[in-house]
Amino acid sequence: MTAQTLYDKLWHSHVVHEEADGTVLLYIDRHLVHEVTSPQAFEGLKLAGRPLWRVDSVVSTADHNTPTNDWDKGIQDPISRQQVETLDANIKAFGALAYFPFKDKGQGIVHVMGPEQGATLPGMTVVCGDSHTSTHGAFGALAHGIGTSEVEHVMATQTLVAKKSKNMLVRVDGKLPAGITGKDVALAIIGKIGTAGGTGYAIEFGGDAIRELSMEGRMSLCNMAIEGGARSGLVAVDQKTIDYVKGRPFAPKGEQWDAAVAYWNTLHSDEGAHFDQVVVLDAADIQPQVTWGTSPEMVTDINGRVPDPAQEADPVKKGSIERALAYMGLQAGTPMSEIPVDIVFIGSCTNSRIEDLRDAAAVARGRQKAANVKQVLVVPGSGLVKAQAEQEGLDKVFIEAGFEWREPGCSMCLAMNADRLQPGERCASTSNRNFEGRQGQGGRTHLVSPAMAAAAAVAGHFVDIRSL
Amino acid sequence: MKAFTTLNGLVCPLDRANVDTDAIIPKQFLKSIKRSGFGPNLFDEWRYLDHGEPGMDNSQRPLNPDFVLNFPRYAGAQVLLARENFGCGSSREHAPWALEDQGFRVVIAPSFADIFFNNCYKNGLLPIVQPAEVVDQLFRECEAAEGYALNVDLPSQTITTPGGQTFAFDITEHRKHCLLGGLDEIGLTLQHADQIKAYEAQRRQSQPWLFA
Repeated sequence: MTAQTLYDKLWHSHVVHEEADGTVLLYIDRHLVHEVTSPQAFEGLKLAGRPLWRVDSVVSTADHNTPTNDWDKGIQDPISRQQVETLDANIKAFGALAYFPFKDKGQGIVHVMGPEQGATLPGMTVVCGDSHTSTHGAFGALAHGIGTSEVEHVMATQTLVAKKSKNMLVRVDGKLPAGITGKDVALAIIGKIGTAGGTGYAIEFGGDAIRELSMEGRMSLCNMAIEGGARSGLVAVDQKTIDYVKGRPFAPKGEQWDAAVAYWNTLHSDEGAHFDQVVVLDAADIQPQVTWGTSPEMVTDINGRVPDPAQEADPVKKGSIERALAYMGLQAGTPMSEIPVDIVFIGSCTNSRIEDLRDAAAVARGRQKAANVKQVLVVPGSGLVKAQAEQEGLDKVFIEAGFEWREPGCSMCLAMNADRLQPGERCASTSNRNFEGRQGQGGRTHLVSPAMAAAAAVAGHFVDIRSL
Repeated sequence: MKAFTTLNGLVCPLDRANVDTDAIIPKQFLKSIKRSGFGPNLFDEWRYLDHGEPGMDNSQRPLNPDFVLNFPRYAGAQVLLARENFGCGSSREHAPWALEDQGFRVVIAPSFADIFFNNCYKNGLLPIVQPAEVVDQLFRECEAAEGYALNVDLPSQTITTPGGQTFAFDITEHRKHCLLGGLDEIGLTLQHADQIKAYEAQRRQSQPWLFA
């Protein structure tokens, strides 16, 4: 048998039916459902009189619309409340393996909740009506975002109509410098390949530096595969993967555990497997990353400067830089470390897990929010992350530093709830998108790691964490 | 889903790269539990001068006269001409819903983000990839001639300019078949229900831990 990539293995093991043009019915093992992209799908099922094909494949939570403070007051925005209540009603009517509604202790961002519950397992196909579903590829699962029509299709048939992507390997060789996280690796990769560099590909992340990353770091990295254009990111299974999964509520137990581990240990690319494209980075070159523009590829490191559009020959790119600098209120040539921030957001499906909060707390400990920083929001990814952080005393570290310790949810990553930037406000954010208006109309987003965000909060401007 | 066969449609040129789905339909409009009515909020932050929220009377809002969609010459456009990586970002299907609700049936660009590209086909919206130099030419012609319309023919997989120049485009047989017939894809898939059941039974044996 020819050598296969991890993606090839996952793909071929889920093909139910193949048409002459290569269009496939791909079996879906896990369907994660949240309130924003599911109501129209459930409505479609109701209108057609179709049930869920497999109730025990569905795991659900409410995350995008939920507030992060004053939970005793419920959801103030009536339209947000209606969307969350619609999910409650739909899950009640159609069923699910598990549902973590608003205020439940297991509630959280769907891409934090899935792995921590063991609802994401190696070798699965995982889908969700959310582009950051690529996160789950950190477990050697084939995971990607889908639209609402596909949500309904999976609900009704347990399959997706799909075409195979090409294989890309992004290899990060060597050892990452101290303080460099999965987030910095993700941004450095996107800076190199561009936001469309992975379009049409499934990206496997490999190399020594990736093997050294924790599961949290691998999740941050795979989470941002979509920002590099790839619907799915993948990391091969190793002992770290297996140790993370063991003992979680929906992880297999007993004899099934042993059989599962034996299978999971085959989930890596074979020696000599063919990749259509290979990109190599040297870990030692990766510095703390900061974005300066309105696309994640508009990134440099903390010692870099805001670029000059006059230096760009390509007219489309030049126009994009000019437009981005105007929107961001930045002058060409400004050192990144001289840019002051108004707001800091530590959270999102990219960076709200326990390790992220520990990184931020290590910087905040014994320090104070700078006077020019109006607000620092720390939003844990789930109720379980919040409880763990409080057990470790991280909440107190943040509060003593003048940061706000909030309830879990997507929050200011996309500002569907009340947490949002005002026009012109500049934010150091651990989220994944710096698009115009993403964190609030007119808001200006700079993407960074949790430690870099906390450092900006205490310094009042971007600063190299290694100089603190 | 609306079927798509042929169209002779006015072209609106949106000359920006990396147009993301947050720009196509901002997040506050995603709170709707319906599939329709997103058209007036298409490109909301670029299209209006004020801040839009659900429930506003959009006909009373101040339009941005510098945004191309508001130019009188492009009123009623059915073909959107765009730059590379159109539709990047979130998986929200509200983006193609908003384009379709506004009246667009075709988007032409040098490249599209994968999820958006896929979502278009589920909504009778045809995304067409053309080489960057062809897209450049279409931008030039469209901006030079008021009333510039393209003829899009799905059966023959071609677009034809007013000058009679024809360009071919690719589409998978499956997608073409579904678009031409306006077919319910779930209904089509359920014709394979026995195969899905057989696959599932075998999977239940080989990987029982996946079935709680």
